[in-house]
Amino acid sequence: MSFWTRHQIFEKNSIVLIVGILLVIAIGGLVEITPLFYLKSTIEAVDGVRPYTPLELAGRNVYVREGCYLCHSQMIRPLRDEVERYGHFSLAAESMYDHPFQWGSKRTGPDLARVGAKYSDDWHVTHLTNPRAIVPQSVMPGYPFLSQTEVDPDTIADHMKTLKAVGTPYTDDQIANAGADLKAQADPDNAGSDAFTKRYAKAVVRNFDGKAGTPTEMDALIAYLQMLGTLVDFKLYNEKANLR
Amino acid sequence: MWFLAACSFERESAMPQPSISKSMTAGESGLAVVFAVTAFLCVIAAAKALDAPFAFHAALSAAASVAVVFGIVNRYFDRPAELPPAEINGRPNYNMGPVKFTAVMAMFWGIAGFLVGLIIASQLAWPALNFDLPWTSFGRLRPLHTSAVIFAFGGNVLIGTSLYVVQKSCRVRLAGDLAPWFVVIGYNFFILIAGTGYLLGVTQSKEYAEPEWYADLWLTIVWVAYLLVFLATIIKRKEPHIFVANWFYLAFIVTIAVLHLGNNPALPVSVFGSKSYVAWGGIQDAMFQWWYGHNAVGFFLTAGFLAIMYYFIPKRAERPIYSYRLSIIHFWALIFLYIWAGPHHLHYTALPDWTQTLGMTFSIMLWMPSWGGMINGLMTLSGAWDKLRTDPVLRMLVVSVAFYGMSTFEGPMMSIKVVNSLSHYTDWTIGHVHSGALGWVGFVSFGALYCMVPWVWNRKGLYSLKLVNWHFWIATLGIVLYISAMWVSGILQGLMWRAYTSLGFLEYSFIESVEAMHPFYIIRAAGGGLFLIGALIMAYNLWMTVRVGEQEVQMPVALQPAE
Repeated sequence: MSFWTRHQIFEKNSIVLIVGILLVIAIGGLVEITPLFYLKSTIEAVDGVRPYTPLELAGRNVYVREGCYLCHSQMIRPLRDEVERYGHFSLAAESMYDHPFQWGSKRTGPDLARVGAKYSDDWHVTHLTNPRAIVPQSVMPGYPFLSQTEVDPDTIADHMKTLKAVGTPYTDDQIANAGADLKAQADPDNAGSDAFTKRYAKAVVRNFDGKAGTPTEMDALIAYLQMLGTLVDFKLYNEKANLR
Repeated sequence: MWFLAACSFERESAMPQPSISKSMTAGESGLAVVFAVTAFLCVIAAAKALDAPFAFHAALSAAASVAVVFGIVNRYFDRPAELPPAEINGRPNYNMGPVKFTAVMAMFWGIAGFLVGLIIASQLAWPALNFDLPWTSFGRLRPLHTSAVIFAFGGNVLIGTSLYVVQKSCRVRLAGDLAPWFVVIGYNFFILIAGTGYLLGVTQSKEYAEPEWYADLWLTIVWVAYLLVFLATIIKRKEPHIFVANWFYLAFIVTIAVLHLGNNPALPVSVFGSKSYVAWGGIQDAMFQWWYGHNAVGFFLTAGFLAIMYYFIPKRAERPIYSYRLSIIHFWALIFLYIWAGPHHLHYTALPDWTQTLGMTFSIMLWMPSWGGMINGLMTLSGAWDKLRTDPVLRMLVVSVAFYGMSTFEGPMMSIKVVNSLSHYTDWTIGHVHSGALGWVGFVSFGALYCMVPWVWNRKGLYSLKLVNWHFWIATLGIVLYISAMWVSGILQGLMWRAYTSLGFLEYSFIESVEAMHPFYIIRAAGGGLFLIGALIMAYNLWMTVRVGEQEVQMPVALQPAE
């Protein structure tokens, strides 16, 4: 019986055809995805990466909501020009708590993986409100409405609980104090800011948008942008230690 | 609902049979009850909603559920006692109502999607067009554009043609009574929820999988119903063989289901809120995303539309498929190789090298089955090439296959790591996508609709072939402007980013590369505008075909069983 005659079993039996399709399409995905969950070399061991603070998380949600990832990548490739332009190439560990990941696929604007601490808060406020006030050739949309919307400190704990359920290592202490921490990070005079910085290593407490009162989405987004890429200290990072 | 009434019963209501007492079918009563309960639950969800978009979507779902219940009851009172027969005088009594519905929706969403594309292209050239408002900014409109053209326009074309082709090639009436309507209306309701969600900032930020958890759940239900309708129709076929186009449709339906389920598992923060967090994180999420993303291209935008090629080109050219054996090889090789290609979207990222290399290798191999399919489509014209001079619809179909060949060469080339290091993150990718999307998917869809609309509305032919000709040339010019502008701007961008001065400093700041894009963004918007004008001409032509086209007289021909 020739190959072509044998193939008729697929042409004459829809269930066999479906099973055939399922088997054939399963192989590639299984081979490429499953090992990423157990191969140790997939994510480097590195010090400093922690889950987002409540305010940074709220800012990240604004980043997601406004579709920033459509024009800005957060993934520096190990190419000479990228490392010189943006900083050390991105490590897998740096985005391991990102649900979902924000690596992006297009650079209509520059990469933001290490934008943290590169510009002042003032710069960000002005730039986000009207990008062309600072960079005349920019094609970025303005986001003046962010300053007018307050972040809700009461619901952020639910977000952190959800993230914990999908694998982000938030402690009970962090979740219990989420609402207070959200306010404390944007208010240097807040009595709770010391306790907050103990809960989140390297977290920065500042009044990001320069205005008093409950943190706005502008505070949250800038808090997020200012921490991007700052968690790993590359002076201490030992690449060789990760050859395993 | 007007549409349901308009296209559902024109054929069967002609023969009332008053002798049989009328009662609701299990499907009618069951579905009416399910949607009544759904309406109730949605009202509760709207009342308890934590955020405004979720309240809006719950209210919209409640209203739609009530409308469905009314629609079902209305239909029951309007219909004759007996459901339409599967055959009339020995000929299959095809169910073309749902097909007509998708044809209209495809045209509507197509124009909407092309228009939003033109708007966001103009925003990149003139950023003032963002108006500093949340719901008109690029970041929210871009997913609206991609979803409207891929899932709304493309999806309706795929569902519509598949429901047409499966009936014709199996020579049986579509399985199910309300089920096909559930599929086509339910799918378009998913589009409505997804699209309005983007404008209101509801997104999970996974490209081409942006809809949030509740839209994903609804799509899953609709998609399973789609698979069942399609499969049940194949199972009761009158032909011994399953036609080639149906293999591709089946692979498209099954694989899209697998991809959707793999990429989208998410935990909502609250069942009364729109926000959720995806189960996967970081590197694994990136791999899942591009396994999904690339195979949305492979199975939605390729396998599904190849099914259209395998049915409509032979039909229109009145020639058999060039090689049946080639189509067997094409089919299995394509679906096996495509699924591996995802990691080429993640070259030089933190994804492990072994995965990137595997992705690149399979992407290059993918060139072969792709061109095998192209050859099979083009060579079907052998002996009928002269028709390209006289039939602009066939010309559109054939040019679409040529574009398919071009982008399936460009794709493997761009997946080579050294090429990708230049092309990735630039407009070259956008150009590549649009040579496939406008040239291949767009043209093959236009060609299929130009064929199918006269067929399902029983018209002798199109209102005007001259307008098809205009559409063809205006759209082709638009595509050429679009993709050449993006090739130049993409390569320019890539070269500027990596340019060094003789002293070893980076030569250009990032913003200088943005400034250099400006003229190309204007040319691109002009190309998109031409493509939109072509679609408007098409919509007019199809509208006139249905309104004033000459009725085709049904010839009572006895069907011959195929060999």
